[in-house]
Amino acid sequence: MNEQHPSRSDGAILRVEGLHKSYGDNHVLRGVSMQMRRGETVVVIGPSGTGKSTLLRCINQLSVPDRGRVWLGDREITCKKQNINCLRAEIGFVFQNFNLFTHLTALANVRIGPMKVKGLKKAAATELAMDELARVGLSDKADAYPAELSGGQQQRVSIARALAMSPQLMLFDEPTSALDPELIGEVLDVMVSLAKEGMTMLVVSHEMGFARSVSDSIIFMEGGVILEQGPPEEFFTAPKEERTRVFLSKITELYGE
Amino acid sequence: MSTIWQSLELLVTKGLPTTVLLTLGLLGAGLALGFPIAFLQVYGYRPFRWLCRGYEQLFRGIPALVLILIFHSGLARSFGILLPAFTSALIALGLRSSAYQSQIFRGAIQSVPQGQMMAARALGMSKLQAIRSIILPQALRLSIPPWTNEFSSVLKDTSLASAIGVLELTKQGTLIFTRIQFVKGVNYILVILILVALVYLVLTYMGNAGLALLERRLRIPGFEMKGKVER
Repeated sequence: MNEQHPSRSDGAILRVEGLHKSYGDNHVLRGVSMQMRRGETVVVIGPSGTGKSTLLRCINQLSVPDRGRVWLGDREITCKKQNINCLRAEIGFVFQNFNLFTHLTALANVRIGPMKVKGLKKAAATELAMDELARVGLSDKADAYPAELSGGQQQRVSIARALAMSPQLMLFDEPTSALDPELIGEVLDVMVSLAKEGMTMLVVSHEMGFARSVSDSIIFMEGGVILEQGPPEEFFTAPKEERTRVFLSKITELYGE
Repeated sequence: MSTIWQSLELLVTKGLPTTVLLTLGLLGAGLALGFPIAFLQVYGYRPFRWLCRGYEQLFRGIPALVLILIFHSGLARSFGILLPAFTSALIALGLRSSAYQSQIFRGAIQSVPQGQMMAARALGMSKLQAIRSIILPQALRLSIPPWTNEFSSVLKDTSLASAIGVLELTKQGTLIFTRIQFVKGVNYILVILILVALVYLVLTYMGNAGLALLERRLRIPGFEMKGKVER
């Protein structure tokens, strides 16, 4: 399908090249390029309205970029000939507002992807879903409906739902921003253990502790472009850009160290 | 007294079945048409949306009785197509109900939060799969309360079919009182009409009780109204 890969390289699992996206007059993404290797955790930070969430949505095509290309491994996601549903099945997406299916129990939420998308039989899908629920520590909540779960529990179920598809890449769109402070920890714990297990994760988040301790690389976005990218030690101690410095000091004021 | 019982028996055996059959037919036809129309209005390509909107506006904008007359006398006089009265009523009221039901379902579909569709697509479901497994089950639950309204009005609107001679409850009622007023006097007209009204009342009550039961059976935490204000 993609005969040539002009800049295909070195086993990158995700490659993004020159993404542009506008909503009406609002030019949100102004040429974003990046790549990730398998097993990497990359955290995207930056002021609100700079296109972080749009970047994630453009990667799995929930928003279709106006320009630019995205590859998952050696398949081009932005290629119209690719079956987008197959590619999306390999990319987990965790939403800020969880978006669990309201009419399904936790178990059924996790099970429905493998059943409908991968065609697994109910028994096999149930077994798989129970494993994933155990992985996020919610085996005992399998029969609870989303409305009966706390925000932290809902977000963990939604992570389990994404994991049940055995994704090659997980996208997290501010996964803890809608949570009460005391519930953030349980979600971050799950994410930390995922990162340690070698899951490839692209995380939009303002959790600096998570970024500092878990990420392999931090991306700072502002005004629809990537201003700076680097490993956390470097990024936090010696940011190259003045605007990164300003943002970091604001964030530290707000959230503490 | 025996006259009342005989009349009631006649209403129940020779009027009620047609009313029930017509009601079920209308609700079924309305559902079968209304549901796809609602989905096309929400998810369809633009021409489909316009088409469905036009359809829905048309059949919600014409009085039920006029529609019935068009599909019976109108077709017969102008085109020589004489449909059986029951069929005319079924088509006319069915079209009307499908237009109303489409708006019930459209409202329900649109009250399912956008994030549900997004999450389903993000898992890799196709649009159709997402509609079937995620949007539909939620929209159906949300449709039941407004649908009980449509049930009630469809049931009672079947009485309009008496205008073209469909022998349903109301028509049977009028037949009974025209027959017995010569024997028993005009006071029986009111008695018979009250009997007819009672049968409708009981039917409506039973139907709504059944739908309420369905609503309870399908109830899921998170779908009931929350945040009760106690004072």
